[in-house]
Amino acid sequence: MIEKKTGRQTFQMQHPPSINATASIVGPKEGKGPLAGYFDQTVDDEFWGEKSWEKAESKFMREVLSKVIAKASLPMDALDFVIAGDLLNQCIAANFGIRESNVPFFGVYGACSTIGEAMQIGAMLIDGGFAFNVACLTSSHFCSAEKQFRFPLELGSQRPPTAQWTVTGSGGIILSAEGDGPYITRITTGKIVDMGIKDQNNMGAAMAPAAADTIFAHFQDTGLPHDYYDMVVTGDLGMVGKHILEDILSSNGIHIGSLLNDCGLMIYDMKQDVHAGGSGCGCAATVFAGYLHDRMKKGKLERILFVPTGALLSPTSVQQGETIPCIAHAVAIENSKGGTQ
Amino acid sequence: MRETIIQYINAFVAGGLICAVGQVLIDKTKLTPARILVLFVSLGVVLTGLGVYEKIVEVGGAGATIPLTGFGYNLAKGAFRDVDKYGLLGAFTGGIRATAAGIAAAVFFSFLAALAVKPRAKT
Repeated sequence: MIEKKTGRQTFQMQHPPSINATASIVGPKEGKGPLAGYFDQTVDDEFWGEKSWEKAESKFMREVLSKVIAKASLPMDALDFVIAGDLLNQCIAANFGIRESNVPFFGVYGACSTIGEAMQIGAMLIDGGFAFNVACLTSSHFCSAEKQFRFPLELGSQRPPTAQWTVTGSGGIILSAEGDGPYITRITTGKIVDMGIKDQNNMGAAMAPAAADTIFAHFQDTGLPHDYYDMVVTGDLGMVGKHILEDILSSNGIHIGSLLNDCGLMIYDMKQDVHAGGSGCGCAATVFAGYLHDRMKKGKLERILFVPTGALLSPTSVQQGETIPCIAHAVAIENSKGGTQ
Repeated sequence: MRETIIQYINAFVAGGLICAVGQVLIDKTKLTPARILVLFVSLGVVLTGLGVYEKIVEVGGAGATIPLTGFGYNLAKGAFRDVDKYGLLGAFTGGIRATAAGIAAAVFFSFLAALAVKPRAKT
């Protein structure tokens, strides 16, 4: 008997872990966006004094880790685990960014959904009694991601209108067995959903069915009313994907169009020429760590369903003409633990 | 004077039209920029082989030879020239011979540019 599992893929926390601190550092474009005031730091130089973008991305993660433990007033050795990931081959931004920390480390990859995956694993480690303090971190960098997934920036190639803009930035969260919240009360782990879309410049459309699948499963598994959350916020569906998600949910009887939001649409002003919105591991992570956490702390939001979305493609799979498998992980975050009783 | 101005306008229009085709392909199809580049070079070769591109160059001048299709035009023209000179083997040597200056210059100036400037995101 698995006592914490409800339904097919949802897990109730018996002792909801508290989000005790968050930190976020972003690049120049994000620092000019509408959420600029919510981030801890804006870096004006994409290289951040380093020789390569990959090194700069690792530095984002390293600096966020030291910022977030400082904000939680924890020494590094009070961390039981760091769970981190990014978009680069073999997750090098995390591997190199975390290497000096001397903390037991889980590297995770869920593309842009990675922060959701990290928070879910962290929450289960704490609720399961395996850890007291866990740091969850992700990063992405526009320049390193373009090189990794599309073309080197030096080529100066044009971007189609449905393309999204990879967020340069890193977000970190400290989960703890004790604290004043907000709390992770339940999680719904996503399944891989592949609707046969091949266009890697239209990932919002590819990911929307995965987000819909997870959100639908969450309400099905928990039996919660559809308007239970103040906001259901996806990771990086962008303009195109958000409309598709709304349509799929409505046709399945979940009419939450007014509650839906998307980190990719929140982080930039559409005047910033980012086409369909922001994306990347850093997108959901910085918007949560910067903006959403602040709104919850100030009581503007009482409960949210945070659903980071990821497209699980690789440059090789795209070149071989494969479709894009996608995933979305839902994390319910509430100011009161009451939701679990 | 008047002829020169007309020549400039023709070059501007020809080059603009070729680029417009590329823009439409980026916006309306799923072709990646790299595929569009290859398509343009191949198209230049084919159109030259069919004798069409020569006519475009006569009117459009640099507007037709500077875009990537012009690279294909030079490849094809070089192949024809070398076939006339050396026989069938010229089909293999002519293209590269005709474009050697362009290729070497691209490598050389790219190297200079890489020494002088650092790439960054368009902001």
